[in-house]
Amino acid sequence: MKELMTGNEAIARGAYEAGAVFASAYPGTPSTEILENVVLYKDKIYCEWAPNEKVALESAIGAAIAGARSLSTMKHVGVNVAADPLFTFAYTGTNGGFVLISADDPGMHSSQNEQDNRNYAAFARILMLEPADSQEAKVYTKLAFELSEKFDTPVMLRVTTRICHSKSLVELEDRIEVSMKKYGKNIGKYVATPANGKVMRYKLEDRIKAMETYSNNTDINTAMYHGSDIGVISSGVAYQYAREVFGDEASYLKLGMTYPLPMDKIKEFAKKVKKLYVIEELDPYIENQIRMAGIDCIGKEIVPSIDELNTDILRKAVYGIESEAVTSEMAAVVRPPTLCAGCPHRGFLQVLSKKKNVMISGDIGCYTLGSAPPLLAMDTCICMGASVSAGHGAAKAFANAGLDTRVVSVIGDSTFFHSGVTGLMNVAYNKSNCITVILDNRITGMTGHQQNPGTGFTLMGEPTVEVDIELICQAVGIPKSHIFVINPLDLKETDQALTAALALDDASVILAKWPCILKKFSDQDKEDFDLSPGKCEINQEICTKCKTCVRTGCPAIHSGDNIEIDEVMCTGCAVCMQVCPFNAISREVK
Amino acid sequence: MAAIKNILLVGVGGQGTILASKILSSGLVMAGFDVKMSEVHGMSQRGGNVSTQIRFGEKVYSPIIGKGEADLIVAFEKMEALRWLEYLKKGGKMVINDYEIPSAPILMGKVAYPQGIIEELAAKADISVFKAAEIATGLGNSKMMNVVLLGALVKALNVPGIDWEQVIKDNVKANFADLNIKAFNMGLAQV
Repeated sequence: MKELMTGNEAIARGAYEAGAVFASAYPGTPSTEILENVVLYKDKIYCEWAPNEKVALESAIGAAIAGARSLSTMKHVGVNVAADPLFTFAYTGTNGGFVLISADDPGMHSSQNEQDNRNYAAFARILMLEPADSQEAKVYTKLAFELSEKFDTPVMLRVTTRICHSKSLVELEDRIEVSMKKYGKNIGKYVATPANGKVMRYKLEDRIKAMETYSNNTDINTAMYHGSDIGVISSGVAYQYAREVFGDEASYLKLGMTYPLPMDKIKEFAKKVKKLYVIEELDPYIENQIRMAGIDCIGKEIVPSIDELNTDILRKAVYGIESEAVTSEMAAVVRPPTLCAGCPHRGFLQVLSKKKNVMISGDIGCYTLGSAPPLLAMDTCICMGASVSAGHGAAKAFANAGLDTRVVSVIGDSTFFHSGVTGLMNVAYNKSNCITVILDNRITGMTGHQQNPGTGFTLMGEPTVEVDIELICQAVGIPKSHIFVINPLDLKETDQALTAALALDDASVILAKWPCILKKFSDQDKEDFDLSPGKCEINQEICTKCKTCVRTGCPAIHSGDNIEIDEVMCTGCAVCMQVCPFNAISREVK
Repeated sequence: MAAIKNILLVGVGGQGTILASKILSSGLVMAGFDVKMSEVHGMSQRGGNVSTQIRFGEKVYSPIIGKGEADLIVAFEKMEALRWLEYLKKGGKMVINDYEIPSAPILMGKVAYPQGIIEELAAKADISVFKAAEIATGLGNSKMMNVVLLGALVKALNVPGIDWEQVIKDNVKANFADLNIKAFNMGLAQV
């Protein structure tokens, strides 16, 4: 039976068919839907959202050492967070099969950078597979578990946005039940002390040699000879672009296993063609190794190493042909993503954006959209959790220089659990005067509503304990008197909290609690919050068209001949009503 | 090898382009084509523009197309038709929903919604324009706009031998099947 599947669905299916029993991940585009599909097989695969990628990877490592076929999935930058255990796990090796899915985002559709994680495989010395469509995503996931057990190594399955989010046909097969490998205490193998580590280090080199032999012999590294004029070496989605641009006349060496590279096979292929191209998206990962082996090729001198590839870019790079496009002098107006109508972040950021002499240390989440006009309520955005720790550093630097600029660090609930907690510990311990704002919208919002340790539910839908953010803040050393719990949609309350926090000489926390408007509300949400208020309306006789409401950036407010509120989009959050200087906006009383 | 056909569905987050492309690709798979479908989402729910690319033929390699390669563009929103025009193949066809969704800079009154889009596109390409929203509202459910547009798409695409009514039944909730088929047929009649 064949089904159209995204790469992410196919990876989940592959894990199921391979007999995997454990999966742990932190959501991140373009990887998120893998676990959201693994959970469909929850009677066979235990799966969970971990607080961050390091915890996810370590949990899967533990399960694998215990003997279970395990996987961990994350976006490319998530692997940075999880890199520490990954590098040492490469030394110890595994027991049950272990697969890490790294979902890279060339072109930065939804990411802060476009790092090429193939470099991690070579850096950490772990076997790497690169599927080029959904069928391969499934087949390679299954193969990854087998190879992990065969070579006693973690395996990285490296995919990209176009593999994750494209659909193509997949042949479904049955699940193979794989029994747990026997666990036995083995200190020499699993305790990475310096003495043991040195032994492991030498064994690792032997393993790489064995994997290289496999790489030279496996048919997932396939040569397809059509002619001797042009040869193309490629992997992943780049192969699909190359196949289309070079057509049926060129010969191809399609690589499915890209660490270690099959250098013997590459040498043999290079000898048989007159002109050798290496077509890669992002870094010259394959090209550099080929050149180091003394083989001449054409690669990054013509193919861009920035942004994602497509057939257009490649055709232009190889043949200098520009596509014939229909063009127009008329331009479409940009359509940037915005905070939704009714988003609780808007209330808080609206108030914060009015504060003077404040540096806003930002983070990764929907609230990052507050950096755009009209709010402009964010000065920095580096990575998950950086708001709190970078904010601490900035506050120290301002204070040491005798400047009175204050720092407000803004972070979401899921991001706070991910890596904001340790930053806050530093704020309290090393005594900076940061104001840390936790925008708790009761869900992981940006990636499409995943449960997290604060929501009271697990990925598998079971009720569970909730993190008490207020107590965590107190536990790390922020006194109760310095913690302000507010409703961010109440602008007066928000302003009072910010003013009070700014008046303090030491660190404080503002916990702004209101659920994401798009969230499926839990019974608890319905009990705790008034989630179905009446809609807002502008009295056109009073409205002076001053546009103060428009400058909240609410997409439900239309500015034309009159200023009007779209009654379908309005959720009754009443931020506009509170900013209106003329009391022209009212909310329907229910 | 039969030529690959490229279809581009463009619109704004929440307009239902995903369901329309899902039904379309299921039909093409049933007809025995190799199909690849690629969508860009992530932040689309937050008011951004969305696009889905569907490629079909005997054997499809790349999941995405480049500029000047779309045989057919179906725009769920007028300004999006203009935005994606350069992806249209010379001699390609455009189906346009005469419907406006202003984006953030327009809502804020910084710039005006471009005037004369239809006239401009008509001068550049072979276009069919109609008001899918009005048809859907006439059927009593404005959310049916996407299926009306799917009907128009299928007509413009002209691939024979696919039982679209069955495909729709397979892809929507049973109690909405009849309404969806009605919307689809009204779309068919528009092109």
